Amino acid sequence: MKIRLKFSKQGSLRFIGHLDVMRYFQKLNRRAKLDIKYSKGFSPHQEMSFATPLGLGLSSDGEYVDIEFNTVPGKEELLRRMNEVSLPELRITDACLLPDDAKNAMSLLEAADYTLKFREGYEPWISRGNGEGVFEGIEDFFEKFEKFLSQPSILTEKKTKTSVKEVDLARQIRLYERREDAVFLRVDTGSASNLKPELVMETFFRTCGAAYNELTFTINRDELYGEESGRLLPLIGYGTDF
Amino acid sequence: MRKLALSDDILLSVEKPSRYIGGEYNAYNKDPDSVEVNAVFCFPDVYEIGTANLGMQIIYEQFNRREDAYCDRVYSPWTDLDQIMRERKIPLFAVESQRPVRDFDLLLITLQYEMCYTNVLQILDLSGIPLHAEDRTQEDPIVIGGGACAYNPEPMAAFFDVFYLGEAETRYDTVVEVLKACKARNSTRQETLEALAEIPGLYVPQFYQVTYHEDGTIASFTSTNPHAPAVVKKEFCIRKDSESSDMDDSLPYPLRPIVPLSRGMMDRATLEVMRGCIRGCRFCQAGMIYRPTRNRSLDFLKKAAVSMLESTGYDELNISSLATSDYSDFREFMEFILPYCEEHKINIGVPSLRIDSFELDVMGKIQDIKKSSLTFAPEAGSQRLRDIINKGLTEEEILEGARKAFEGGWNKVKLYFMLGQPFETEEDVRAIPVLANEIARVYYETVPKEKRQGRVQIQASTSFFVPKPFTPFQWAPMLTAEEFTKKAWLVKDTMREQLNKKSLVYHYHDDNQTELEGLFARGDRKLSTLIEEAYKRGCMYDAWGDHMKYDVWLRVMEEQGITFEFYNYRERPLDEILPWDFIDIGVTKRFLMREWENARAGKVTPHCRKECSGCGMRKYHGGVCIEDKTEIQ
Repeated sequence: MKIRLKFSKQGSLRFIGHLDVMRYFQKLNRRAKLDIKYSKGFSPHQEMSFATPLGLGLSSDGEYVDIEFNTVPGKEELLRRMNEVSLPELRITDACLLPDDAKNAMSLLEAADYTLKFREGYEPWISRGNGEGVFEGIEDFFEKFEKFLSQPSILTEKKTKTSVKEVDLARQIRLYERREDAVFLRVDTGSASNLKPELVMETFFRTCGAAYNELTFTINRDELYGEESGRLLPLIGYGTDF
Repeated sequence: MRKLALSDDILLSVEKPSRYIGGEYNAYNKDPDSVEVNAVFCFPDVYEIGTANLGMQIIYEQFNRREDAYCDRVYSPWTDLDQIMRERKIPLFAVESQRPVRDFDLLLITLQYEMCYTNVLQILDLSGIPLHAEDRTQEDPIVIGGGACAYNPEPMAAFFDVFYLGEAETRYDTVVEVLKACKARNSTRQETLEALAEIPGLYVPQFYQVTYHEDGTIASFTSTNPHAPAVVKKEFCIRKDSESSDMDDSLPYPLRPIVPLSRGMMDRATLEVMRGCIRGCRFCQAGMIYRPTRNRSLDFLKKAAVSMLESTGYDELNISSLATSDYSDFREFMEFILPYCEEHKINIGVPSLRIDSFELDVMGKIQDIKKSSLTFAPEAGSQRLRDIINKGLTEEEILEGARKAFEGGWNKVKLYFMLGQPFETEEDVRAIPVLANEIARVYYETVPKEKRQGRVQIQASTSFFVPKPFTPFQWAPMLTAEEFTKKAWLVKDTMREQLNKKSLVYHYHDDNQTELEGLFARGDRKLSTLIEEAYKRGCMYDAWGDHMKYDVWLRVMEEQGITFEFYNYRERPLDEILPWDFIDIGVTKRFLMREWENARAGKVTPHCRKECSGCGMRKYHGGVCIEDKTEIQ
């Protein structure tokens, strides 16, 4: 049976990469003495699949992994057993039982929520060579940012390892909200269309004639979604309680 | 959330930031202020290498199981962070508490290989601790060195307040107690060092004076402080009251080892089944300094294996010792652990096995025969030279082991040799490819054509021999780099002459490390200026081939009049005072001399279970020395 786990990755664990998170779960599952399904062959391994890697330095409350079990305790018991042997910076926050024919988290993925908070000492209107003289203060920042987002089309270049291609950010940003002093963005995520919040900010700063310092914001991923008949559904919504 | 010493911008700009953030599962994470004595343990190389070290894990456990003490950890910052820390004047910090190293009471540095010496200076320098022990004040930690290289501490003597000679388990509790008392009395640094000098196994270099003859050899080595004994005895664990085991089960051991967040050198649990080795190979320092051979109890190993695996979630268990097949309860232990590991899908690594049928059976269960290779370490190609080095492995045993392995389905063999051992002739060198060829021949004789899966692969590797203190070869001359290279070429050329040459592969390490390793291994106090000057000119991470600045080392050696001729190339006379002679490792110098003569005569000395060779350890009444010899094979 396939279980989807939702977890958070915070604090110093922001500095461990995706491969290390995979290894972390392999050990966590063993410590929690879970009855995981193993692949066949001479060196059997746990059958696990993650929704999508999180960039180094980002924190998250909305990470997902699908794991195959032979048998599984009840949800509360599962969460308790895992959290008991996990680090405080990585908590399992929710779980659901997936139908047998469920698509994995990665292929469902359509959108993600991010909250960007100004990092103390790196606010673009004070120092560090990231926009001082361009932004007069936080209100001015939001005014300019909202004006930037209101354009019908926001073309920019997206560099990958092998190529540079032009993308339209306006089509990839699904929702923007100012939440007190933070920027909230819901953007396309997944294999069809994928946007990182960093690219939004980089483009915005460039449009304003400022250099973007990647330390300007602390970025938290809040949630990951799939899409069901035109509506976004958090990945945890694809299964049932157990 | 834990507060980190480095800001996000630094962590995001360096390679592998997880090296510096601590917070691993099973770490103790105590508050350094909540204990009476706090220490930081340093492995002077990168995090991934350091965390794998068992000695470090044992000391970590030993301190932290006490309520009144805490042991944090620190590793060498990689060159990228090193540069940032110097530019921004960030003091080196311990990974768990993220506190500056200089704020701790003790800094324990393990010396596992000679090529880490400049990294030790980096650690002191970045911590803001004066490099020279004599320049330190009450504000600085007491810097203690240990580990295998501490058996000749002299090249590093200037930089350490104390060296701990021997196995950590016996005296670190005393060190904590003494330090507590010194703190309570508000002792001066001098008084504290004097109190430490009185603890058995502890050596305080500044309390000794060395004078030299005109030719550079040592004229005298004397204690200048009444608290410092003339001879320092190594410490080791021994249990006299036991019938079945020689290492006490209650000794500190990492039953809940730290699990690194990023993949280390050893992403697995390590179980030490015994300490020491009965074999007595004459080049091997570990085989001498860890005498007598002592078993851990079967009960302890069962309990420890399960605890380590369950508390970490590792899926690999490494069975460790110098010669695992010599562990007395090897069969019983394997009969317990194999089914356990099969049930829990855990891989087992068992290095250092001899090849008999039981062990082949074990290996067949734990390895994928098609992918894995069988490993032999004959160390020398000819029987003559194997007798000289006292490697108790005959050609018949090697060929017979290989034959059984080929029958069992293996078709890859790895062979390890050393070049440049004493009394080696051209014939001995040529014998390496000949032996490799013989093993290939055995394969073609043993495995019928229709059963062969491709060609057999015999891989021979050679390393260069470095004479080490406290071995029968401590007096031996070491070869020059040119001589080493010539020998490697001879092996290469002879490989091509072999009938089965297409099945043979040869590797050798051609680096400049070996000569410097030789220099430090048998060096004296005069080398400290060389190490310091080389460090100041940018030498660091010398063990990392591409970081070794050999030309800088050579230049400083020339400037300071330090030569390989004096330290490496000459045969040392038996009556010369060696820099490490003030240490008593239990094994007597008389025994080492006798073994040196036996080597010259090509005379084999039987292993400890066959016959006592009178090395000097018997007087301690422990381990293999008091085993009942009547029931031994």
